[in-house]
Amino acid sequence: MTPIVEVRALHKRFGELEVLKGIDFTVAEGEVVSVIGASGSGKTTLLRCLNLLEEFHQGEVLIGGEAIGYHTRRGQRARVGEHEIARQRAMTGMVFQSFNLFPHMSALDNVTLGLTKVRGMPKNQAIELGDHWLERVGMLERRDYRPSQLSGGQQQRVAIARAIAMNPKVMLFDEATSALDPERVGEVLETIRSLAQEGMTMVLVTHEMRFARDVSDKVVFMEDGRIAEQGPPERLFMHPESPRLQAFLKTSSF
Amino acid sequence: MDWSYFFNEVVNNRDALLHGTAITFAVSLIAILAGTVLGIVIGIAVTYGNKPLRWPARLYIDIIRGTPVLVLVLATFYVSSAVGFNLTAFQAGALALTLFCASHVGEILRGALQSLSRGQIEAGRAIGLTFGGIFRYILFPQALRYALPTWITAAVEMVKASTLLSVIGVAELLLTTQQIISNNFLNMQFYLLAGVIYFLIDFAIEQVGRFIGRRLEQPTRRMV
Repeated sequence: MTPIVEVRALHKRFGELEVLKGIDFTVAEGEVVSVIGASGSGKTTLLRCLNLLEEFHQGEVLIGGEAIGYHTRRGQRARVGEHEIARQRAMTGMVFQSFNLFPHMSALDNVTLGLTKVRGMPKNQAIELGDHWLERVGMLERRDYRPSQLSGGQQQRVAIARAIAMNPKVMLFDEATSALDPERVGEVLETIRSLAQEGMTMVLVTHEMRFARDVSDKVVFMEDGRIAEQGPPERLFMHPESPRLQAFLKTSSF
Repeated sequence: MDWSYFFNEVVNNRDALLHGTAITFAVSLIAILAGTVLGIVIGIAVTYGNKPLRWPARLYIDIIRGTPVLVLVLATFYVSSAVGFNLTAFQAGALALTLFCASHVGEILRGALQSLSRGQIEAGRAIGLTFGGIFRYILFPQALRYALPTWITAAVEMVKASTLLSVIGVAELLLTTQQIISNNFLNMQFYLLAGVIYFLIDFAIEQVGRFIGRRLEQPTRRMV
């Protein structure tokens, strides 16, 4: 079966600095993959390459079997056009560390904007679907609130609804709980966990080790732009092979 | 002071006064509307454009904003005829004010857009919007709130700057007033009257601005 996400020999530079030095990994349908590692190991950059928020310089990213972002024309590698990139981005759903809700819109409008303007869905159908997903993340009764009237955890749940309502092939979470007050982390993790249990394909960049261990089918440990170790969570957390991962796990709190 | 003479003169010159007011109103409106449209394009170019777009836009804003409006008015009028565009005084004046207004709107919009977080663009991209959609639905409505008060000030400035068109012979309110005064010598009364009319136009613009501002602040606005 075609994997939902397939990354092949991915390289990425910021100027002279190479931040991804050849990444290979796959995510199968319904699989939940957590990417862990120290700050600066390249895990967020890797995630942002999966929806083309970052450019990459070598290698391929395939979503649902389709290579995204670049094509080869007359032997030259070139970035695809703006509309093509937008279409490919919509195959993934992204949840940001800082929520990035649209502050001038209600919670519901945040969710329906992509449905009407990108998917071309009729207004009443978009509202129906928006309400469905807001209910799913427990935010239906706040559908008419502005982001500024919501707590961080509530904003993040709306952001999850906004991303998942677009019916993406895979959901990408970029440290989705890092900006939250400690007492708000649980509600967001619960939301993510329940989506995982329903079979949503996910890639999570996270510092929540306990959560990564509990919810993931596979854990990827990144170190200095490379994947140092990957496998089932039981093995990585209980029997880490590489010294780097052993050291990293010692400094991480559970 | 002989008020009845003044009122008689107002009545006698009412057509000229109305015409002058209409010209002031028309030239200001053209400058504000066309200048705003052009200014939005320039503001986008200077904020999000690549180098070949950003540099000319930056240069335009700096040069036009740094030029006295009177110089701009005279230059547009005389240079346009020298290079073969035979613009009327009204057309040249409206063009000069439009160019001036656009430079201000461009700078105002740049400031407002740069105050928005980069995450807004990324969130728009992540749901599959192209730049056009991101600007229209996400960036512009937010920038508008920041920019509206300054934009109102700029619009009021345009009405004031329209008095400078009197030097190239556009019969707007100030020139009309001067012509009336040269016949009846009621200096103080007619300049006061002109002042009141200018004030009313500016007051009206500010009220429209406040109305738009209140509309933007309404708690929930359905966008879909």
